[in-house]
Amino acid sequence: MAEVMSTSRAINAAMRVAMAEDPRVFLAGEDIGVYGGAFGVTDGLLGEFGAERVRDTPISEDVIVGMAVGAAITGMRPVIEMQFSDFVVNAMDPLVNQAAKLHFMYGGNVTVPMVLRLPGGGGTGAAEQHSQSLEAWFAHVPGLKVVAPSTPQDAHDLLLASINDPDPVVLVEHKLLYKAEGPVEVRGSLAEVDAAFAGTVPRRTGGDLTIVSYSRGCAVALDAAEALAADGVEATVLDLRSLRPLDLGPVIASVTATGRLLVTHEAPGPVGVGAEVVAGVVGSEAFDHLLVPPVRVTGRDNPMPYAPGLERATIPQVEDVVAAARRLMAEDD
Amino acid sequence: MPRVDPSTPEGARAALTTMWTIRRFEEALEDLYSRGLLHGTNHLSIGQEAVAVGVCGALEEGDLITSTHRGHGHCLAHGADPMRMMAELLGRVDGYCRGRGGSMHIADVDAGNLGANGIVAGSMTIAAGAALSMRMQGRDAVVVCFFGDGAANEGSFHEALNLAGVWGLPVLFLCENNQYGMSMSQDSSTAGGSVAARGAAYGIEGRRIDGNDLDAVHAAAAEAVAGVRAGGGPALLEAVTYRYRGHSKSDRNLYRTLDEIESWRNERDPVDRFEAAAVASGRLTAEDVDAVRAEARDLLRDAVQRAVRSPEPTVDDLDGAAYAGRSTAAVA
Repeated sequence: MAEVMSTSRAINAAMRVAMAEDPRVFLAGEDIGVYGGAFGVTDGLLGEFGAERVRDTPISEDVIVGMAVGAAITGMRPVIEMQFSDFVVNAMDPLVNQAAKLHFMYGGNVTVPMVLRLPGGGGTGAAEQHSQSLEAWFAHVPGLKVVAPSTPQDAHDLLLASINDPDPVVLVEHKLLYKAEGPVEVRGSLAEVDAAFAGTVPRRTGGDLTIVSYSRGCAVALDAAEALAADGVEATVLDLRSLRPLDLGPVIASVTATGRLLVTHEAPGPVGVGAEVVAGVVGSEAFDHLLVPPVRVTGRDNPMPYAPGLERATIPQVEDVVAAARRLMAEDD
Repeated sequence: MPRVDPSTPEGARAALTTMWTIRRFEEALEDLYSRGLLHGTNHLSIGQEAVAVGVCGALEEGDLITSTHRGHGHCLAHGADPMRMMAELLGRVDGYCRGRGGSMHIADVDAGNLGANGIVAGSMTIAAGAALSMRMQGRDAVVVCFFGDGAANEGSFHEALNLAGVWGLPVLFLCENNQYGMSMSQDSSTAGGSVAARGAAYGIEGRRIDGNDLDAVHAAAAEAVAGVRAGGGPALLEAVTYRYRGHSKSDRNLYRTLDEIESWRNERDPVDRFEAAAVASGRLTAEDVDAVRAEARDLLRDAVQRAVRSPEPTVDDLDGAAYAGRSTAAVA
């Protein structure tokens, strides 16, 4: 039975399911215990599972992630919260040089089943060092998996699937989605959602235009699609859900049908996920069906500023996507 | 029971065999490299054998180690097969990492070696996590984290010691102080001049010991491991030793004198010292020593001969190898 809950409650519920089922699962991070996490995502879990499995850590991102690697390769299933995704920069060695490499580098001798939850994104007035969208960095690293849910149900399912996965998974959580609500079917066990990991899915279908996004960008894309529908333009909106591995099959199929591709995300455009999506489509059989060149609507190419107007201008807005889509529609007329 | 107790005749023989195995292994690498049969680079631990053998001999079945870029000795002392190590360095499929890791990345998890690491201090936070894991699983194991004097100036050192301190984790931090981080001497790189003294800042007892005295290393490690295993929280030992060879193949030894190197080699060599001590105390005879040397020589000769016959890996071995699970998205 689905119930309506926020994304943060859906993530919380997934952690509860995993911890109740599997004694190897434990949580660690800064202020995740009695404080409940900076965004309240781990609220209540300390009381339920105790301080041994809901571990408050010192403000030491390097050892938080390195500790998770050491625990994972010796039989545990750590689920780590970076308080803000920006802080993971202090833990790039254990994430990139260790977690991502060990299984390969040690010839398959070890597995690194750990989950790193990264609350990211702007729109909260937190400025340059607390607002980044760093997912392209991690999607660039062989050995990591990167998922970026856009709905409460996917946040729930992708966390369970990530915990159940034998590889290190980076879970990109947009801070503005934590309070977004939707129907969630709380799963009964980890194995129940293993197969949900994690192809591209349509959130809306239309024959004129394909809009591709992930994470909070999907909400922007869907609002834009509704505005376009008022003009008689019907867009398909595809949610990538997983950035590594990247499932481009549904994108290629959709663009083959619509002939128009727009990719939008909050992260800056250069060398980003949008570039990868466009390159994949242009290099596929969909190329011959493109009516106009693909377009990207991305975060402005500067650090996230503080002033509300500047912050807004740096994050792609619904009207930006609508305007770009209208240009796409006009070009081949 | 420790696996190797050098105070007994059998233990002394086993310890000396491992020390010679390490030295012959490193010398074999030099030989292969000079003949163009070994590519990449490697970091040799000749002169540091007593640290690896003394510490690993003090461990029990089920105890874990993490190692460093200069880790051949640690791996051999913790039970690695010289043939599979040599095969790894030669980039062959019978190597511990199927030829993917090479010198700096020997791991044998089943034998308790969680892996050598090419990042200075990279294994220190991992060791803390492994120690937490042992405790959460109710296992009575101790984790030994080998690291060099240079690693003590990385942030990871401080974060790992702090976390191990506040959580009381069962880990022995074992600083193998060979006195140089590449070309930087400990004096010029390390404020306060002592790694052991830094333990106090984290509530961890730190001791500095003679790392070229096998009996002393073993005794100190056994005592520290017993304390850690008994629930006393982490411990820190700084074993002072010396590397005879350069940091790696690019080293021209411009930062130290030949006199310094010769004085360590001639007066404080750990293998010479242990042979003399073991014979003087009656644990070994001169004949035993000769037999051990011959045994190690034959062991390495055989290991090299078998390793070079191992096939080279093929590229298809890389397909999907970065992931233990599915590496492509599920498509509905």
